[in-house]
Amino acid sequence: MSFWIAQFLTGLASAASLFLVASGLSIIFGVTRVVNFAHGAFYMIGAYVAWSLTERLAGAFGWWGGVLLAAAAVAALGALAEILVLRRIYQAPELFQLLATFGLTLIAADLVVMLWGPDELVGRRAPGLTGSIALFDQMIPAWDLFLIVLGPVALGLLWLLFNRTRFGVLVRAATQDREMAAALGVNEKWLFTGVFALGVFLAALAGALQLPRESVNHHMDLRIIVDAFVVVVIGGLGSITGAFIAALLVAQLNAFGILLFPKISLVIIFLVMAAVLAVRPWGLLGRPDVAQRPPAATSARPWRPLGAAGRLAMAALALAAMALPFISGEYLVIAATETLIFAILAVSLHMLLSVAGVASFGHAAFFGLGAYGVALAVKGLGLGMGAALALAPLAGLVGAGLFALAAARLSGVYLAMLTLAFAQILWSIAFQWVEVTGGDNGVLGLWPTGFAAQPAGFYWLTLGVAVLVIGASRVIMFSPFGYGLRGVRDEARRAASIGVRPGLMRWCAFAIAGTGAAVAGALFAFLKGSVFPDTLAIPVSVDSLAMVLLGGVQTTLGPLVGAVAYKALSIWLLSQTQWSKLALGLVILAVVLAFPRGLVGVVNQWRDRWAKRPPGSGEHP
Amino acid sequence: MSAPPLLTATGLARAWGGVRAVDDVSFSVAAGEIVALIGPNGAGKSTCFNLINGQLQPDAGRVLLSGRDITGAGPARAFRAGVGRTFQIAATFASMTVRENVQTALAAGRGQIMRPWGAGRNVARDDAMRLLALSGMAAQAERPAAELAYGDVKRLELAIALAGAPRLLLMDEPTAGMAPADRADLMRTAVAVARKQNIGVLFTEHDMDAVFAHADRILVLDRGRLIASGAPADVRDNAAVRAAYLGDGVLFAATSGPHPGDPKSS
Repeated sequence: MSFWIAQFLTGLASAASLFLVASGLSIIFGVTRVVNFAHGAFYMIGAYVAWSLTERLAGAFGWWGGVLLAAAAVAALGALAEILVLRRIYQAPELFQLLATFGLTLIAADLVVMLWGPDELVGRRAPGLTGSIALFDQMIPAWDLFLIVLGPVALGLLWLLFNRTRFGVLVRAATQDREMAAALGVNEKWLFTGVFALGVFLAALAGALQLPRESVNHHMDLRIIVDAFVVVVIGGLGSITGAFIAALLVAQLNAFGILLFPKISLVIIFLVMAAVLAVRPWGLLGRPDVAQRPPAATSARPWRPLGAAGRLAMAALALAAMALPFISGEYLVIAATETLIFAILAVSLHMLLSVAGVASFGHAAFFGLGAYGVALAVKGLGLGMGAALALAPLAGLVGAGLFALAAARLSGVYLAMLTLAFAQILWSIAFQWVEVTGGDNGVLGLWPTGFAAQPAGFYWLTLGVAVLVIGASRVIMFSPFGYGLRGVRDEARRAASIGVRPGLMRWCAFAIAGTGAAVAGALFAFLKGSVFPDTLAIPVSVDSLAMVLLGGVQTTLGPLVGAVAYKALSIWLLSQTQWSKLALGLVILAVVLAFPRGLVGVVNQWRDRWAKRPPGSGEHP
Repeated sequence: MSAPPLLTATGLARAWGGVRAVDDVSFSVAAGEIVALIGPNGAGKSTCFNLINGQLQPDAGRVLLSGRDITGAGPARAFRAGVGRTFQIAATFASMTVRENVQTALAAGRGQIMRPWGAGRNVARDDAMRLLALSGMAAQAERPAAELAYGDVKRLELAIALAGAPRLLLMDEPTAGMAPADRADLMRTAVAVARKQNIGVLFTEHDMDAVFAHADRILVLDRGRLIASGAPADVRDNAAVRAAYLGDGVLFAATSGPHPGDPKSS
């Protein structure tokens, strides 16, 4: 019994820091509508800076001074990032800011290793709170008890801030109606900067306060960000009290899940999140009117199919791509194959995100279903490569179809988060259902056969599939059905009033996108000769999102260009420098700032500008 | 027995919390008839509209289209039954050209919207141009819808609503936000098309010039109840309508007695 109580208290202590991180994330989203992926990075940097200040400069400020100073310093860093990066792209399509914060995350990941080294750092304990206190026959660390008290105190302070200060009132006003707040003369610029700094301060403080509990390492960012997202979504976006309740819930699930349900410990919080969203589509204390913005892909520039010249150019490009194995080495051919596979993945996500206007943070789910579909077909059913490649996409179709049915009531960021939950659930199953999936050891020995056994042969196979998938996606995009999808995306009410059923259209978009992603996953399994839970993990989802956004979410060729640019660049950087994340992050930031409409978007902008010039002022762009 | 009227609403009721937004409202619209639904702000016009459109489920009452029950059927099914509508705040597809907007509606009306092949921009091109010509938008067919002036967006909405070959056209404040000259023009266009194609029209409007110029019949809502119904001349002289619009003078009368201008005293 006493052991359970100790576990409960540990959970309560964890909830405090989770609450601080999540409330910061929630406040930032509420006001700026930015899904701050870098929030985990700020948490991590807070821990590292606090370690340095308390370890190296402990004499100067004392332990507590060091912790607070660390949080303040990181908050200043956050404000700087907001001013230099985010402030320039608030007008860009929704989710584009997510790409920027993803770039910041990559930069932070390498920078902390550069500055503090790859090894774990053990910090000092807080003076006066180093010991343990006997409670219910268990030794409870005094620090945990401090955190348990800190959680409600932080909630109270935030409540006072938001209800008793002018800043807080402005923040709440802007959360409810940003335009109205601006119309009443609130200086949006500095409000946004202030809110971002406050959110980052809370994250960094949470990171710093973890010093006495765990060692500082460079995996902290991703570990906390997923939990924080879950907390924010369960609690309801923009609700601090909701975040507090959800943090308690999630922390206790983490504490007891491993004891009560060891088989599904990793998946529990996502199951709970899915259950909460099924009953309350806007979280426990969230409000349905938060986050009303037109979908990211809504553009004022009508989409056009390629003309004769464009088609010819695409055909020439495909033909030229066929020649690659004759002129380059094996390494490049394999790299090109992987790039093509991710192009298929990006094109499938584009169908969902850009054509249908449905954001997904969990596209890895369908990619992984395709990959594990191959594993099952080859190892379980004893099928050959051809049959496996033909059947595996069905796994994506079924998975996406079922998911879209279950998620029919959700929209916007909540739906995106549920896709993330779905991917994490599948990842946990792949990881923990060892008997079938091999768990962390994966499924090995899935090699392509026949002509595709050679890298060149498999490259040609992949190229052929890619041409088919990309061609099919463009046919769908410009078919009457494609117009229907875009109609629902642009104006769902209008679409319904002309007899287009938004729910049905979105379901179809999921089914198509899921199948396409599974095709990519199936090819990926044969390329690597194996399948690991990694194919279902968050980096795959984030990568595919980054590709579409990089290419230009409002364009039709964006995913192709974005995938090739992103994948080729990351493969190349990986071979060139040990700081490839840093370099990739900097490139992403540069692209985000220079081309807020994506790579293809900026080309379109130039073309439009040329088209509007008076005749005679120049014909060749 | 003659055929049922185009639209029959019987005993419609819908409450928002404790407020009875629409309270036991019954009326009908015949084919080819232009009917205006008017009333002060908050009278329940929009709720009434959304009940007929199928967007809202009524607490009580039924909506019949040519005798067929479409109560709470949802906008997509109401559309297939023959109900077209325009919105108070115009809604068009921003990522398409003007013509593609109409083509999308035509594709939906002809059951082609689920077809994932063939070029959507070639669907019913001629019919789309014909509808655009009807609503005076033919010259702008190739322009992006997002670039249009507001009056033209309203015209495009009319073309979209007509694309489904509706038997009943619902127009929620069709001329709101338009310049006066454009208003009259749009109403004339809509009414002319409706008369020619025998479409029944139910529209709400704050612009009384438009109402009295075009409506065959006027329904007046006040606080959720239908307080008058009849030809424009009758409604104009109806005491209850005047009271609803101009105030019934009770507050004023209590302090200073009857008043020569008071509708009650006439």
